[in-house]
Amino acid sequence: MTALDTAFAATGLVAVVGGLLAVTTRHVVHAALWLVVALLGVAGALLVLGAELVALVLVLVYVGAVVVLVLFALMLTRAPIGPDLEHRAGPWRTAGSAALGAAVAVLLGSVLLPLTGGAVERAEVTSTQVAGQIFGTWVWPFELLSLLLLVALVAALAVSRIPREAAP
Amino acid sequence: MSLLEVAVRSASVLAAFLVLPLLVGQTEHKVMAHMQGRLGPMYAGGFHGWAQLVADGVKFVQKEDITPRAADRWVFRLAPAVALIPYLVALATIPVHPGVAAIDVPGSLVLALAATSVGALGTLMAGWASANKYALLGGLRAAAQLVSYELPIVLAAASIALAGGSLSVATLTDRWSPWWMVWQLPGAIVFIVAACAELQRPPFDMPVADAELVMGAWTEYTGLRFAFFLLAEYAGIVVMSLLVAVLWLGGWHGPFEDTLGWLWTLLKGFAVAVVIIWVRVAWPRLREDQLQRLAWVWLVPLALGQLLLTGAGVVMGW
Repeated sequence: MTALDTAFAATGLVAVVGGLLAVTTRHVVHAALWLVVALLGVAGALLVLGAELVALVLVLVYVGAVVVLVLFALMLTRAPIGPDLEHRAGPWRTAGSAALGAAVAVLLGSVLLPLTGGAVERAEVTSTQVAGQIFGTWVWPFELLSLLLLVALVAALAVSRIPREAAP
Repeated sequence: MSLLEVAVRSASVLAAFLVLPLLVGQTEHKVMAHMQGRLGPMYAGGFHGWAQLVADGVKFVQKEDITPRAADRWVFRLAPAVALIPYLVALATIPVHPGVAAIDVPGSLVLALAATSVGALGTLMAGWASANKYALLGGLRAAAQLVSYELPIVLAAASIALAGGSLSVATLTDRWSPWWMVWQLPGAIVFIVAACAELQRPPFDMPVADAELVMGAWTEYTGLRFAFFLLAEYAGIVVMSLLVAVLWLGGWHGPFEDTLGWLWTLLKGFAVAVVIIWVRVAWPRLREDQLQRLAWVWLVPLALGQLLLTGAGVVMGW
């Protein structure tokens, strides 16, 4: 086992544990904070694999902006300190979602694991390569995605501006 | 890189992290005092009160470390560290001399920006975990402000990266020419204004507005943890000033740059820090709506225009 293998395993473990805790915790703000841990774990794994730019942008956009927005939204609504027992899912839903999550994990694992070689290899992805892929090969999906987000944004604005006089 | 080299790099960053913010803090005491016709600290340490902040640090260490009973214990205690440590990482990425940076990676500009954006989480964690309405409102205002001002910062930095054709701060400073001070000027102004807002410094200190919110997200903090938040603010000034110095003002470029380069970088950074202090004294606090308006109506379009200009300049080969 090389140093890279160890580093990859460690960051992967951080990501998985953070993700599991984000789903299972009863504290709604803690869930968002565990999500930060999971994202940092994923960014660490990307760094180990040599995709520096992708890892850093993941931190900049998801931790620096998306999670901040999530926390903002949580603070605007009721985010009590202490466990939130009102929104507890029943045993059937818990068991069902656990089974579904396990099934997806097994499915992904069985598809992806045969693709990997033995040891972890560093790919040294340069920023130029990432840019070439995004703005060359994948430019149409990329632009379509941004259009989709724009439509969602405008629609959200429209929904929030509908006059409410019809309400009792 | 040998173990010794790693140790020396880490130790020097830590030393800079502990000394430079104090230097900026003391400068703020004195500059603000003289701008307001006062003297500022004069007694501690003898010469013009140079040891005042050291004395303040000792005072903070002695104070009781209180965690409110209703607070979310772990998040409350962790928040100062989350606010402080990212600035340590960001400071490590900044080159002070040709070839001298604690962390020299190809994407160091993105690393510095990503690290500073993580620091914002500390304020939010503090605001929520304190179980205090003032703190919660402070946290809310901080979140709204940080999300708005993150965009101009990243756009202004992107313009510089485009002009220099690299994401590494050291390479960008290497390729810097005095001409950049002219055609990148709008970007520099956007960056400095947005940096003040990101650090929640006056006039952008709505989140800690003392007349309305006591101390915002930091209301419940005492002792060393409170001092860590203050240190994070001043370390933030150091990081942002040095970033402006190396990206827009050319860092080590100057007379005898092979031997005195580090001095020019630090002096330019110090000058920017004095400007940030000056802004604090000169402008009254902005209201929340004025603050959001400034970001979205002025800074973002200005930064986008700068990006367009730089893009055109690079393509035409100016």
